[in-house]
Amino acid sequence: MSDVAIIDNGGGNVASVRYALGRLGVEAAVTTDPALIRGARRVILPGVGAAADAMQRLRAAGLDALVPTLRQPVLGICLGMQLLFESSAEGDTNCLGVIPGRVSRLAGGPGLRVPHMGWTRLLPVQESPLLAGIGADGYAYFVHSFAAPVGPATVASADHGGPFTAIVSHGNFHGAQCHPERSGATGARLLRNFLELDG
Amino acid sequence: MRFRDHRVVGEIEELAARYRDAGADELVFYDITASPHGRTVDRSWVSRVARLLDIPFCVAGGIRSVADAEAVLGAGAEKISVNSPALSDPALITALAERFGSQCVVVGIDSQTVAGNGGTRWEVHQFTGDPARSRATPRDTLAWVREAQERGAGEIVLNCMASDGVRSGYDLLQLAAVRAVCEVPLIASGGAGAMEHFRDVFRAADVDGALAASVFHLGTIAIPDLKRYLTHAGIEVRP
Repeated sequence: MSDVAIIDNGGGNVASVRYALGRLGVEAAVTTDPALIRGARRVILPGVGAAADAMQRLRAAGLDALVPTLRQPVLGICLGMQLLFESSAEGDTNCLGVIPGRVSRLAGGPGLRVPHMGWTRLLPVQESPLLAGIGADGYAYFVHSFAAPVGPATVASADHGGPFTAIVSHGNFHGAQCHPERSGATGARLLRNFLELDG
Repeated sequence: MRFRDHRVVGEIEELAARYRDAGADELVFYDITASPHGRTVDRSWVSRVARLLDIPFCVAGGIRSVADAEAVLGAGAEKISVNSPALSDPALITALAERFGSQCVVVGIDSQTVAGNGGTRWEVHQFTGDPARSRATPRDTLAWVREAQERGAGEIVLNCMASDGVRSGYDLLQLAAVRAVCEVPLIASGGAGAMEHFRDVFRAADVDGALAASVFHLGTIAIPDLKRYLTHAGIEVRP
């Protein structure tokens, strides 16, 4: 398996994602080149940071128009997943709009720290090839202050003072709020499942 | 579960793989001699460790600037931890949080108990990695925890010096007091000697994580055994 493009969005987890794919035997290209991205079999949009900054970087590279037109499987990770939605309350940012919904701030509350950082159980919501081999003991590593609500595209949820979307699929666009690149065997399986999707 | 490492760089990868395979949830790599000697960590190992690990890890030691942090995060670390340099220049916390986001920025605090007439209080120490330079600062621990959060710290690692290395349990009194003023994740450090110490610190101080070094390095506690023990005690941990 080859020809995976990781969009270089300036986020801190680009290297981690590339290494995680390397552990699966996949050499991915880290790029902002529209031709490379359009031609890749799989596209991954990572991201750590603020939504407005990340959208600005995509716009500067001309990728805000390109990504929504992609037909191959696309996986957004963490902030990259949030950018797939219509908008984010973080800086009241218009996002890529390929998945319906608005990202909002985690509520927090007594005993609930925000940012939500740590290992949290994935709760399957509907059948999906992305969840193949990930059982009820599937814990994933999360680091985030914003999250998408549970909706029709939610494949798995997680709970931090209320349910939010942990894994999402909408047509060829997929996303993980958790960090599969740092989520042990569960994360590796999720990445492998994405690489093995039809399409 | 975390460990800190006082060993030579050559052994880091082997140790990292061992803890990964044992089920550690996160690793912290400390170079405690970095700050006192005015140098930064040798970073060539960070990307090698990043390739190896499929769990998050944090790098601590000698990070004095946004550029230092960028190098470590760019090499694949999830978080950087600042301690002595943040005491000398608290604006460093703000600068790091603005550039990388709070979730990347851990503030480590070495805190010592001071018994006095007005009751117990705690004070922050600096340069604790070097006995010749280690010193008390005028900073009150609870005030510093508040300031670090206001400046954008996304996590606090509180090393309780009185219990560190003694292996008779975490400093529950101090950790509970810090918990009361700490709205971001709080990691307990210093004092783990037995499995019940982990149970007690999660129960009594409501910490988000417990860091330990020697009990794991020496093999006193095996991580899989500890996770089973905590699960039986009703504390949710990743299996």
